[in-house]
Amino acid sequence: MLRYFAKRLVLGLVTIWFIASATFFGMHAVPGDPLAGDKAVTAQIRANLEAKYGLDQPLGTQYLIYLGNIAKGDFGISYTQENRRVNDIIREHFPISATLGILAIVFAGLGGVLWGALTALYRNRWSDVVIMFLVILGISVPSFVVAAISQWSLVGLNVAAGTTVLPIGGWGSVWHMLVPALVLGLSTMAYLTRLMRSSMLEVVSTDYIRTAKAKGMPATQIFSRHQLRNAILPVITVLGPAIAGITTGGFVVEIVFAIPGLGRYFVQAIQQLDYTVIMGTTVFYGAFLVFMVILVDLLYGLVDPRVRVDQ
Amino acid sequence: MLALTENTSPNRQLAKFFIIAFAGVAALMLTLHYAGRTLSGGSSDVSAVDEAANSISILLRDEPPQLDSSRATDAISGMVLGHVMEGLVRMGLDSRLEGAVAKDWEVTPTKATFWLRDNAKWNDGEPVTAADFIFAWQTALKPETASEYAFLLFAIKNAEAVNKGALPASALGVSASDPYTLVIELERPVPFFDKMLVFPTFYPIREDFYEATNGRFGADADQLLYNGPFQISRWVHGSSMTFERNPHFWNQDEIHLDTIHVPYITSDGTASLNFFKDGRIASTGLQAENLTEAMRMGWQIRQHRDGTVFFLEFNHRPGRLTDNLNLRRAVQAALDMEEMVYKVTKLPGYEPGVSLFPGWLMGVSAPLREEHPPQKVVPNLAAAKDHLAAAMQELNLSEPPQLVLLAGDNPISNIQSEWVQQSLKAKLGIDVKIDKQIFKQRLAKMTSGDFDLVLAGWGPDYNDPLTFGDLFASWNKNNRGRYNSPALDALIEIAQTRLEPAVRMRAFGDIQQHLIENAVLLPMYERGVTYVVDPRIRQLKRRVIGPDPDVSRAYIDTSGE
Repeated sequence: MLRYFAKRLVLGLVTIWFIASATFFGMHAVPGDPLAGDKAVTAQIRANLEAKYGLDQPLGTQYLIYLGNIAKGDFGISYTQENRRVNDIIREHFPISATLGILAIVFAGLGGVLWGALTALYRNRWSDVVIMFLVILGISVPSFVVAAISQWSLVGLNVAAGTTVLPIGGWGSVWHMLVPALVLGLSTMAYLTRLMRSSMLEVVSTDYIRTAKAKGMPATQIFSRHQLRNAILPVITVLGPAIAGITTGGFVVEIVFAIPGLGRYFVQAIQQLDYTVIMGTTVFYGAFLVFMVILVDLLYGLVDPRVRVDQ
Repeated sequence: MLALTENTSPNRQLAKFFIIAFAGVAALMLTLHYAGRTLSGGSSDVSAVDEAANSISILLRDEPPQLDSSRATDAISGMVLGHVMEGLVRMGLDSRLEGAVAKDWEVTPTKATFWLRDNAKWNDGEPVTAADFIFAWQTALKPETASEYAFLLFAIKNAEAVNKGALPASALGVSASDPYTLVIELERPVPFFDKMLVFPTFYPIREDFYEATNGRFGADADQLLYNGPFQISRWVHGSSMTFERNPHFWNQDEIHLDTIHVPYITSDGTASLNFFKDGRIASTGLQAENLTEAMRMGWQIRQHRDGTVFFLEFNHRPGRLTDNLNLRRAVQAALDMEEMVYKVTKLPGYEPGVSLFPGWLMGVSAPLREEHPPQKVVPNLAAAKDHLAAAMQELNLSEPPQLVLLAGDNPISNIQSEWVQQSLKAKLGIDVKIDKQIFKQRLAKMTSGDFDLVLAGWGPDYNDPLTFGDLFASWNKNNRGRYNSPALDALIEIAQTRLEPAVRMRAFGDIQQHLIENAVLLPMYERGVTYVVDPRIRQLKRRVIGPDPDVSRAYIDTSGE
């Protein structure tokens, strides 16, 4: 178990190094100049800026400096927010994205399992049809539409009630999180519902369920011990990458609901070729994703004894 | 029967699951509630206008990237700094220059003298002195500061040498004969020197405070020292800001509000409108699709031209097709900018372009464009075809050429570039290939000259026609099409060096005429914004030069419309 974990960890570090290198060279290969603004600057001002960010060094040297700094956990200073350290940006904004992301994942996970189980139980009845219709809607409607519509509905609700039922944006209390988290988790919830439903249906026709029924096991126990537990496996598989996806993919939701999360910085940095922020957020998220996948693999062993992680 | 029991029990199971899940979520949310509070420091639910607290709230499009005034370049930082700092002079509510920290001043061809008022104070009660300005300007010029707008200071003696590192900062031609008299030696005569001083680069910075921040000056609310009407009392990055009245500000009579909240920071226009409708913010911009709704709501819609001019710029590098005058004039005569503004983009507040110089620029005593009206370019298809035929002959072409139009990747730019493409094809048979690029990539291609035509724009840096006038000088790095004409350069030199306003304005008139006659660029439109303001708020000022919007002098009036 421990050996397996150590092996995975080393492999994870190699993956992160690869992500860092690919991002570094990819970013420098993109045409465009991180220091260029709307207005051209004199050669001297330009040289001063290059010296400040170390861009006057050859690319190889820059790469080594970058790797060294990343190894020390220092991502440098942002190009666009010139007196903020990238570490501070991640430290201040990631917890917000993470909070929102965790809530969204909880909504998605619980909702997905619940609705999936429900639709499987009531297969081909009206509740199944209605829920599956909503699921297709949830998967196919992009989040900026859902976000805009839900915010617009909230405004209508507040105006109709004559008071603030729920805030329509901003950050600070749990009431600010509720709707954005639902919107953020919606497509994952829809996806998980479908996955759970088909996985439940597959399990229900297996031999061991029939055996359990035949030996007179109570239906409750069959459901919770055999059916649910077996059906939930694929859901856990996709949950790991989904967590990373949700915490990074919050850009649209963060913009619409004015939430100061990291997703915004992640996307804007790429648009503005903010080298240090691109490197910082990509390496950070890459490491996060790698860690999540390892965690899910370990979790797998706990949920399903047949999967032995140390093999 | 069996089927029934099989279904009810899992139902109970599911119900149990649901209850546990619900309880779990509730517990989680409670935890997040407290975690969230510690994370961002409180809720942001303030009202657009709060009479009891004498406060208003507004929205920022983006986090201010740089509140170190010596390095700030962008509009949002400029807006925030304009509320919490004060320079020597400022733009008044009547858009005229007025004394701020300086009570009086005098500009001659060789030097400028500013007499500071002795009651101007920092928010810690210390007086603002000439030394604070000297330190700020030296800091902006030091090579290690790497300030992009250092060039604004180049009119001061030795400034360029200090920026190069050839001379120490102390060699800069500014001195204080006493704490309240600032004397500036000029490198060359600059007739509009005092007008340039409204820019943040010229704001004061106090040395002891700057040094104490250890390179983090302006990074947080407590890493700034304020001498303006307000001070930042709280700044949660990317989320919210609070400006509170600065008790030490000298001109308390002009300031009415106690607090300005910035509860939201988002670039989403629809979200901004929603916050306005929900009574959270006092003003919002309107997009074209929101206008009907705004009218239905009975809001008073206001317009503001933000001072920026957009144009179609040609690539004049030798060897380029667009270096040919007849080809440029053919394009000039074929495109009808009124059609584009009124029938194609149809954006409210936009004005068809007639000149590189926007309408708000002042001449000697009236707007420049009234004193020197630009020659009107009338679209003329026959003339366009004649010019094209001549161009094809000169260029030895048997059929109309193919041109590359470099454009940004946004909805407005897309409509405009397709309009150019379609018009030139239909009218002249010229094939236009659209090269759509995001901001930085477009800039890179503009700089390297990889285009025939480019959709470009220019906003002013200071309140003088020269901020537009020298754009196509052969030495200007922002002249991305590398237009190079000794005749135009000579006119620009007159505008730069002569002091008599009438002579300068005539030079600008001649520059304008030169640009039109030679079809150096084709002005497309002057950008406008439409917006609404809560009717209880007075004196919310939109500006071209200076902080925009400016609510520093705003007040709440509930007496009715």
